[in-house]
Amino acid sequence: MQLLRAFLMRLVTTAVTLCGVAVIVFFVIRVVPGNPVAMMLPPGATEADVAQLTALYGLDKSIPQQFLIWGAGVLQGDFGSSITSRQPVLDLVLGRLPATLELSVMALTIAIALGGFMALTGTRLRGSKTEAAIDVGNGVALSVPDFLWGLVLILLFGVLVPIFHISGRVTPSLDLPFVTNFYLVESLVRLRFDLTADLVSHMFMPALALAIPLAAIIGQLLKQSLKETMNLDYVTLARTKGYGENHVILFEALPNAILPTLTLVGVQFTFLIGGTVIIERLFSYEGLGNMAIDAVINRDLPLIQGIVILFAVIFTAVNLLVDLCYAALNPRLRHA
Amino acid sequence: MSFLSIRNLSASLKGRPDRILRAVSLEVAAGEVRGLVGESGAGKSMIGKAVLGTLPQSVVITGGQIILDGTDLLTLPPAVRRTRIGQLCALIPQDPLTALNPSRRIGPQITNRLVDILRWSRRDAQTRARDLLAEVQISDPDRVMRSYPHELSGGMRQRILIASAFAAEPKLIVADEPTTALDVTVQKQILKLIADMQARHGTAILFVTHDLGVVSKVCQSLSVLYAGLVLEDTSIRDFFAGPRHAYSRALLAATPKYTDPDGSLTPVPESVIAATRAEVAAADDAMSDRGRNV
Amino acid sequence: MLDGRARITRPWSPRLVLSGSWLTLLVAAALLAPWIAPKDPLAQDLFLGRMPPFWATGAEPGYYLGTDSLGRDVLSRILFGARLALTVALIAGSLTCIIGATLGLMAGFLRGRVDVLISRMIDIWMAFPPVLFSILLIAVLGPGLISIIIAIVVIDWTRFARVIRAEAMAQGAMDYVASATVAGRTRLSTMLTEILPNVLPTIVVLLTLEMGISVIVEAILSFVNLSISTDDPTWGGMIAEGRTSVYQAWWVLVFPLVTLFLTVLSFSQLGEGLKDRYDPVLR
Repeated sequence: MQLLRAFLMRLVTTAVTLCGVAVIVFFVIRVVPGNPVAMMLPPGATEADVAQLTALYGLDKSIPQQFLIWGAGVLQGDFGSSITSRQPVLDLVLGRLPATLELSVMALTIAIALGGFMALTGTRLRGSKTEAAIDVGNGVALSVPDFLWGLVLILLFGVLVPIFHISGRVTPSLDLPFVTNFYLVESLVRLRFDLTADLVSHMFMPALALAIPLAAIIGQLLKQSLKETMNLDYVTLARTKGYGENHVILFEALPNAILPTLTLVGVQFTFLIGGTVIIERLFSYEGLGNMAIDAVINRDLPLIQGIVILFAVIFTAVNLLVDLCYAALNPRLRHA
Repeated sequence: MSFLSIRNLSASLKGRPDRILRAVSLEVAAGEVRGLVGESGAGKSMIGKAVLGTLPQSVVITGGQIILDGTDLLTLPPAVRRTRIGQLCALIPQDPLTALNPSRRIGPQITNRLVDILRWSRRDAQTRARDLLAEVQISDPDRVMRSYPHELSGGMRQRILIASAFAAEPKLIVADEPTTALDVTVQKQILKLIADMQARHGTAILFVTHDLGVVSKVCQSLSVLYAGLVLEDTSIRDFFAGPRHAYSRALLAATPKYTDPDGSLTPVPESVIAATRAEVAAADDAMSDRGRNV
Repeated sequence: MLDGRARITRPWSPRLVLSGSWLTLLVAAALLAPWIAPKDPLAQDLFLGRMPPFWATGAEPGYYLGTDSLGRDVLSRILFGARLALTVALIAGSLTCIIGATLGLMAGFLRGRVDVLISRMIDIWMAFPPVLFSILLIAVLGPGLISIIIAIVVIDWTRFARVIRAEAMAQGAMDYVASATVAGRTRLSTMLTEILPNVLPTIVVLLTLEMGISVIVEAILSFVNLSISTDDPTWGGMIAEGRTSVYQAWWVLVFPLVTLFLTVLSFSQLGEGLKDRYDPVLR
């Protein structure tokens, strides 16, 4: 019962936050100089044409009025239509969402694998020069943002040693039998591993760029956590039972050291998702972030609103998920 | 033939001249309970850790032998040594609140050594665990085995740790101040439990403690330690009848007695400490002369 | 045992020396750019387009790091680009720090409704993807240096506010604050004279970090062509151009990238180095 109440409270605060986001983005972009409608019409359009189209999009009403109309639509699932492409915003946005989700999850997986490996190796070899080198590497990876790593990767593996694609999501000439936009997932389900290979070779560089800073954070935090855990009495007791260093690190220390890392990783994952905006642009990856930048440049108001709201929903969903995982994994909370 | 034979064991801090153990020699026969007493920092815990192979990374052994069941542990490769200790020895740790893995249930923590190191079957291991939990007077072994450490009290956790120590039928148990972290009310019970279990299983125990009262109840012999040097090594009866070393006498006199609460709080006199320190320094000189230590 | 005096005579850590040196070099380069730049950064010469750096064959003498597609000298453009980067870093970094830290202090120390309001605002802010928000703001405010600075401050104040709020709350619960209150100090003066000095080390670290972030945000904005409105060289703009011609003229991308990389790295390492050096509770 306690848990249910806490959950409901979270939902309420989340709803308030999302409303706040909606309000802010709505009002901010309405202060935009330059009439977006004027951009859509061919040159030589008359004042009347402009006025007609403006009224069509409801841009002639007062801002609070526009918000109420839009808000009412949202609650019924209607996010309006994109000014540039005339299609419903919801369809456009949900169409691009799978690409960004696949990229983010791939990046998260790489980050966990890389960071975990660094932390475990650093703990196994503690006191050695290798550990010191890992620390330095971590520090650099941490200090440099994903944007720069993306550029470095483009130079290294796109130009210098070209083994990966640095542009797009999939080779354009390929014939794709997919039903959903979850290309990677579907390619695996359909056992079309040739397509999987092509997708991965396009996705790996942007995913890695996103992953590097997060991997460094995980590596550093987990190593610190492991270091503290390794000093605890139950680890020493395990040693006296005859267990070796590797077993002790993996099975005694790690399960306990992971928990504090988890919440931080959750928050950082939302930053990673935010980073997809520029990384997708850099790699010309057809995802939500790339579409967002175009939307801003084209002053496509309904589309901008839809994308920003969607990002906010994703962020809050991730936060909620992390808290749930933490509660589920912590034996103390489970039985409280 | 002693089961454990420590000969001239010396240890110091890595990279520094500070000596932690000074040519310590002691013997523990099969089934014998030997006390290891001394004030904090005397090195008694270090001896236990040296035997079990859990010395901190900052401490390094500079000489001597630890002969367990005929083999010098210090000459064995690390993996072999580790397994040998796991098969023959066990630890009853000091703090029951931190000595159990918080994210694992009690059952696996007792059975894991039996299954992984000693290669018992899972069923045999679980039966054994249940039997031992009953032996340490835990009323619902199955429920306890399914529980997590934080669900149980300190006294109960110490019983579990004792059961776990006896589970593999070790020949030697190192008990590192097993009652120090417990409530006074629980200490006596646990002490009696350890004594009973020892009598029943015939296990040798190296009992590390600073409390002479505990020693008198459980041990058959004891070694007195000061600054890593063994000052005296006798049977319990001889010790409590009248110890030979001045420091031991002062220790005995310093133990508070219920019968004379005010009069029995006598600290170890300065003169005795000075004399003992001189003895330690002399031992150091002797060791350096013989070129035994750095 | 180490005491405070021993701390001061400790040698400079390599991280502090390296990052400090690079940043000093950069500041000098930026200040002296008009005099030390070999060419005019805006001068185009289409006959000299995409010349490689001086050690490669076919290089044009005088254009040490090569030229871009329009024949402009890469080295000179980098030097002048440093002026914008450092200006943004200094002004945007400091403003974000002041505003964010103040709000954080207020929330953490004054608690009550002030805290609720500021915390709620932070939650909402954290739900925005930062890059997108900054691009949006620039689109709204129009290009220009002022817009960039405003955008950075508006987006990143939460970084300071969250951390300073937590520290102020922790400090506010401590005894020395209680004694100040008992002694009759006003809340404002307690905040300024008792708590502020203790959160200062954190502020310094975050400030250097923020400067690095400001440089990056500006670079990203000029990468998507939403930065300043003039033709003045920006590192981000150079990188954008370099990206498109990366196969034919790699130097147009590499040199501004390396400069940007080292600058951002130095800012954050400077902060870490300062924290290590002056942390009174160092293990």
